[in-house]
Amino acid sequence: MKLLFDHVDEPGLAGIDVYQRHGGYASLRKAIAMTREEVLEQLNASGLRGRGGAGFQMGKKASFLPHGDMDKYLVCNADESEPGAFKDRELMQKNPHQLVEGIVIGAFAAGANRAFIFIRGEYDFVADILDTAVAEAEQAGFLGERILGSEHSLSLVVHRGAGAYICGEETALLDALEGKRGNPRLKPPFPANQGLYQGPTLINNVETLATVPHIIRLGGEEYAKIGTEGSTGTKVVSISGNVRRPGNYEIELGIPAREIVCGLAGGPPEGEEIKCWFPGGSSSPVLLPEHLDLPYDFESMAEAGSMLGSGSIIVVGDSVKIVDVALKLANFYRHESCGKCTPCREGTNWTVKMLERIDRGEATPMDLEIMAGVQQQIIGNCLCVLGDSMAMPLGSMIKHFRAEFEAHIDAARAASGLGAPVQVPEAVI
Amino acid sequence: MTAVKRFAHGSRIPGWDEAVDLSKDPARVPDPATTPVPAGLRATIEAAMGRYPDRRSAAIPALRAAQAEHGWCSPEAIDQVACVMGLTPGYLAAIATFYDMLETTPVGRTDVYVCTNISCSLRGADALFDAVRNAAGDDPEFNIRAFECLGACDIAPMASVNGVYVGPLEPEDAPQLIDDVRNGRPVLEAKQLTRRRAADTVQAEGEDR
Repeated sequence: MKLLFDHVDEPGLAGIDVYQRHGGYASLRKAIAMTREEVLEQLNASGLRGRGGAGFQMGKKASFLPHGDMDKYLVCNADESEPGAFKDRELMQKNPHQLVEGIVIGAFAAGANRAFIFIRGEYDFVADILDTAVAEAEQAGFLGERILGSEHSLSLVVHRGAGAYICGEETALLDALEGKRGNPRLKPPFPANQGLYQGPTLINNVETLATVPHIIRLGGEEYAKIGTEGSTGTKVVSISGNVRRPGNYEIELGIPAREIVCGLAGGPPEGEEIKCWFPGGSSSPVLLPEHLDLPYDFESMAEAGSMLGSGSIIVVGDSVKIVDVALKLANFYRHESCGKCTPCREGTNWTVKMLERIDRGEATPMDLEIMAGVQQQIIGNCLCVLGDSMAMPLGSMIKHFRAEFEAHIDAARAASGLGAPVQVPEAVI
Repeated sequence: MTAVKRFAHGSRIPGWDEAVDLSKDPARVPDPATTPVPAGLRATIEAAMGRYPDRRSAAIPALRAAQAEHGWCSPEAIDQVACVMGLTPGYLAAIATFYDMLETTPVGRTDVYVCTNISCSLRGADALFDAVRNAAGDDPEFNIRAFECLGACDIAPMASVNGVYVGPLEPEDAPQLIDDVRNGRPVLEAKQLTRRRAADTVQAEGEDR
């Protein structure tokens, strides 16, 4: 079933004419004729969970915004920087009006009169497409003052970032949008109460907002019939790494993960087996090949000890050394840590140093314990989850591949000429 | 071990050994009378400031515009932005050092970002990065960087050349990439991302790529 990717490769879909020919902006007309509460009801009934990573119910989040006449904001999080994620890029690049329509409906439901799309600076070519789409929508009266003759007004600005993974975190994104360094804020207060410019703010991922027109078109209850009970709807899955056909696929939530990895993406290349896979971007704990038979939805991934996250699967083949993957991962989070909280700033740095020591042949198996301990001390001790995002997958790698880590330590020690580590009597440890 | 770049005084921070002049006042908002700003840059920044309820929100777009004008966020560029926006140079320098795409040292005009994150490195990004660096040699025109995930793992390993995404690349494509930039041609036209169809469509049609 295709919703988000319907007609995705039709030439000219990025333009407003072709989009409208396929029924575009009909949902907006339908929504604007309803009351704000009715739209919220539809969103709640759909059970749509946020597609950015946390999986929070979108309708619920929108209904948290206070009523009243103050300035309210809607911010679309298009700072897609998670390694392995590229679904938002394709959604915006090929069908920008779908997102614009979703934003207008979402803002109407939340009572917001100013909206921003925060897009990462690297996506300049996508931002250009969005700029054109916004101008077209303004021209056609879908944005601006008194949209389609209603009481609702909305201005939409495409804001380009300048390259920082941390800005995908909602409060860091707000700081960056206010023209500051992208440091996360303490929560609470949550953005729904005090967000952008201290005003109530609804923040949603691109895919979440792009789904909204389809919910209004089908009706919330009808949409909820797609997928599973706890994970409704379709999801665009980005799959990459050691597979034959990497790319974006729209799937119904709840289909077996094997169908995505081995069916749609064609499985690992000739002569290679799957060693492990990240089910939700580089921040999710790795799973093993046996987990491929689980249904791909929010609950099953959580039960298996990982998470669906942004729905970005990275497949790691068995020819790859797990230490190399761990080092790449840790290096990334060290680079992107904003430095505000000590456990994350120091934890990511020391993890990299320990992994490099393993690679150089200077580590002992005890370093694995220390490294696992560092991960434990990062989790839950920072303002945002960037540190956790390294700690969780790294912890899972040490758990699942301890033998390989130990073998790597021994082999590297032999190669560096240090030989076997001195055995410490257990009483001393 | 990855060598850490250090200055002669042993620290990684420039100016570490220079004492702070406590008798000097902190830098203020530059005086418009003594800070000439190119008209085009001023117009861009003022337009950006007008788009937000708070002008400060335009800091990142303004710095990017100044970087496009000057090649990097030089002290002069930062002064000009500070002057138009009514902010201190220190505030803007803090922002320029935070974001990856804002350069705080002089660099080449052509940005070549090679993604070396997990998905790309699983498909040979490190070899590609070396090949691109070798192909460019020490040409000062290029600013070649190993970049974090650029959000195009479907065309891994890939690179962004002044914002144009190309991939999947082989190390053998590197000389052509550099050559195209030097001769002002579209970079590796056949491999540009915008020419690709969604994997979903291709798969549904039963094609193999």
